[in-house]
Amino acid sequence: MAHSAPETPAKVTMQSAETRRSHDSIWRGLLPLALGMVLALALQFVLPAIVGQYNSRIVMDIGIAMIMAVSLNIVNGMTGQFSIGHAGFMTLGGYTAAMLTYYGSLYMWGAPPAHGHFLGAGEWMMAGACIVGGLVAAGAGYVVGLPSLRLRGDYLAIVTLGFGEILRVVLQQTSKVIEDPAALKAAKWSQLFPPPVGGAIGFADVPKYTNLFWVYTFVTITVVVAYRLKNSSLGRAMISIREDEIASQAMGVNIARNKVLAFVLAAFFAGTAGGLFAHESGVIISPKDAGFQRSFDYVIMTVLGGRGSITGVMLAASILTALPEMLRDFEQYRLIMYALLLIIMMLVRPQGLFGIHEIWQLWPGKGTRTVQKKA
Amino acid sequence: MSLLSVNDLWVSYGAIQALRGISLRVEPGEIVTLIGGNGAGKSTTLRTISGLLQPRSGEIQFQGQAIQGRAPHHIVTSGLIQVPEGRGIFANLTVDENLQLGAFTRSDRVAIRKDRERALELFPRVRERLKQLAGTLSGGEQQMLAIARALLARPKLLMLDEPSLGLAPQIVQTIFQVIREINREGTTILLVEQNASMALQVAHRAYVIEVGEMIMDGPAAELAASDEVRKAYLGAH
Amino acid sequence: MADFAQTLMTALAIGSLYALIALGYTMVYGILKFINFAHSDIVVLGAWVSYTLANKILPMLGLNPHNPETAPPLWVGALILLSAMVACGLLGFAIERLAYKPLRRAPRLNVLITAIGVSLLLQNIGQLNYVFGASPQKMPALMPNIDLLRLSLPSGDGYRDVVIGLVDVMIFATSAVLMLVLEYLVFRTKLGTAMRAVSFSTDNASLMGIPVDRVVSFTFVLGSSLAAAAGFLYVMKYPGLNQPAHSIWVLLGLKAFVAAVIGGIGNVRGAVLGGFVIAFVEQFGAFYISSNYRDVYVFALLIIILLVRPTGLLGSPVREKV
Repeated sequence: MAHSAPETPAKVTMQSAETRRSHDSIWRGLLPLALGMVLALALQFVLPAIVGQYNSRIVMDIGIAMIMAVSLNIVNGMTGQFSIGHAGFMTLGGYTAAMLTYYGSLYMWGAPPAHGHFLGAGEWMMAGACIVGGLVAAGAGYVVGLPSLRLRGDYLAIVTLGFGEILRVVLQQTSKVIEDPAALKAAKWSQLFPPPVGGAIGFADVPKYTNLFWVYTFVTITVVVAYRLKNSSLGRAMISIREDEIASQAMGVNIARNKVLAFVLAAFFAGTAGGLFAHESGVIISPKDAGFQRSFDYVIMTVLGGRGSITGVMLAASILTALPEMLRDFEQYRLIMYALLLIIMMLVRPQGLFGIHEIWQLWPGKGTRTVQKKA
Repeated sequence: MSLLSVNDLWVSYGAIQALRGISLRVEPGEIVTLIGGNGAGKSTTLRTISGLLQPRSGEIQFQGQAIQGRAPHHIVTSGLIQVPEGRGIFANLTVDENLQLGAFTRSDRVAIRKDRERALELFPRVRERLKQLAGTLSGGEQQMLAIARALLARPKLLMLDEPSLGLAPQIVQTIFQVIREINREGTTILLVEQNASMALQVAHRAYVIEVGEMIMDGPAAELAASDEVRKAYLGAH
Repeated sequence: MADFAQTLMTALAIGSLYALIALGYTMVYGILKFINFAHSDIVVLGAWVSYTLANKILPMLGLNPHNPETAPPLWVGALILLSAMVACGLLGFAIERLAYKPLRRAPRLNVLITAIGVSLLLQNIGQLNYVFGASPQKMPALMPNIDLLRLSLPSGDGYRDVVIGLVDVMIFATSAVLMLVLEYLVFRTKLGTAMRAVSFSTDNASLMGIPVDRVVSFTFVLGSSLAAAAGFLYVMKYPGLNQPAHSIWVLLGLKAFVAAVIGGIGNVRGAVLGGFVIAFVEQFGAFYISSNYRDVYVFALLIIILLVRPTGLLGSPVREKV
């Protein structure tokens, strides 16, 4: 289709953006990161005192949902592929991280419960484990992303769904958790297969290190990376794949590389989110977390937020995480209302809350022409 | 009374105005052609008449009845049949099944069988391929099938969208011969073409459309002789 | 030998259930090009309507539905099956008109999300106390579990009995009849030709005078009633009836969907083939390798087939044009 081919003006802005970036590139990355960490610290120390432990826990859940939804948006929103296996990456990362901290603690300190205080050794171990979990998930993302070179649309969705389901079944077949430090030290490497992560009943006794600071630090990293990606030439290449794959290929975009890259990146962040989730108090990770029903939750967040809009997706993640909690008193009707909301939303505002725009672009005067027209 | 009359038709795709108030009429028994360049709005006109697109404003009358805004299958029932651009063959069905669908709105078995015989007489090559999947036909054969299928609907007005598109000159000749013959037997025809020279040869009257507006109309022979048309559409200098 | 024969029997019965459900997925995909995630919930509804009706009808005949001494006459089962098919057909019609039809020109992802919404809605309405409730029930037997045939076949060192039960045979026979009816409808009638035309191109179909909306509705009615039949037959075989939102139903639907994809989505005969392929891989894998991984075999097969033949076993390759 002729009209979707990039026009010359777009190219000009792309170049000028690139020149600009070389000057203040470091600041543009680090400043938001620092601000985010300050905010995370503030949340950690102020929020529980104001809203209480229970509500703080919801805010933590919101943060994890944000990482999931924003990262899924790289695949679904930017490159326009359709993954419904995102919870699979999350769970894979979660199990990996949990295994590292659980057995690490057991080995070093002789007991799995939380070790050290705020920002103590235990928490740093958890943060490291989350990153390793992210890397393992990214590896899986590479493998799952490969079929996207041959498959598109719904077929790819089914492969990602199959990945989550296979992971779920495989995790059910894992063996019992080793609880005794002496037994751990005597264990042979062969006992790692199948990994001792609890089987169908789940992986209990993972040390509970996750707090608001760590969650929102990871949220910040995810959002900064996603935002910078969206406004980079790489991100624009990804968006062009969404708009028209064939035209984009004709413009010289390496479709294969970009699609797989999107998968790898999204899987990495999902893996870290899984790590945070596994170390959250009150959570026992179990194989059913990998199932596609949870993946749906994140797909719904990206769709409600608007594909490609990072702030929109974050808002949707907050609403959809908090809403079920608020409706807890109407337990029976909670999911019915949720479902109706979804259907009505698709009927009346199919482009999502913000469409492709960010929240500040909706402000009158600052928005693009299309936004003003809608307002 | 005109068989078809279109009055001040406006059609848009989103923000893009495709038709800006075009008007045309087709009298019973005529071959009328609508010529114009790529993207002029020829197909849009036919798709709107058939009910596949909704006009923003304007009126379409067929046999004195306003038909704008009606569902495509209702319009077909009234005898206004279109052979769409790209032929609109169902590649997953056999040639025979494609023909059956042509008569979808009819139930008079005997008459259908008669019309089918007549259509296959006009296009003997289609008869040879009845049991084949329509997707395996050549482009020319598909166009023949598309016209044969349309005839099974007993059109009062047959609208053809670019029947010559992508076909070898020899096959184009055959197709245009058949169009003449169908018309001689009493079917009115509205022919949309980019191949203006062929179209002006068979048509009685012609309209010229350019970026959504009618810029000329008149007897086909007169238009073919006019400098403007010769320059723009017939490749003369 | 005996084990093989027994596994074969189970695979045939389960395969016909998968096939019945897969037909609904494949027909809707063929016409509207989206995965109808709410389809598995129609199966659930079919099962629960059957249960509800059985509990109403059996007492009228003086039978205790919870502890039937004698099985009711066969017409009771047939009546319940037909009622469930009609009820689900109507629901399928309503869902299409209310939720999907307004989105006919919307992006496919939106339709997919709507389908997920419809699925959630059906599950949770079904769980309400005054609908079906949120606890499992036991389906009363509607036919006597007679062993039609008892064969002694060699197994290992000795011999083992292989039983061909009435229930398995009825499942297979009912499904076969329904599939033949569908085959006739799709490939031998004017309406079926119209359905196939709509699935190829809705615009061109409407230029033939085909009322596209009515054909789409009819497809939903057809697919939904087949799903209802599958739900009925499923609880005949497995009387432990799980609550509407239980994940076992989702998995059942998912496997049927996989069957549709493996056979070549949009292809009616492919769905039936896929149903049996899936059941054979699952049942034989479970018996000869390990039953723990039975779901893995299905999804692994799916991924392999998609990579080797992206359009499925019987699907025709379609190239995207610029």
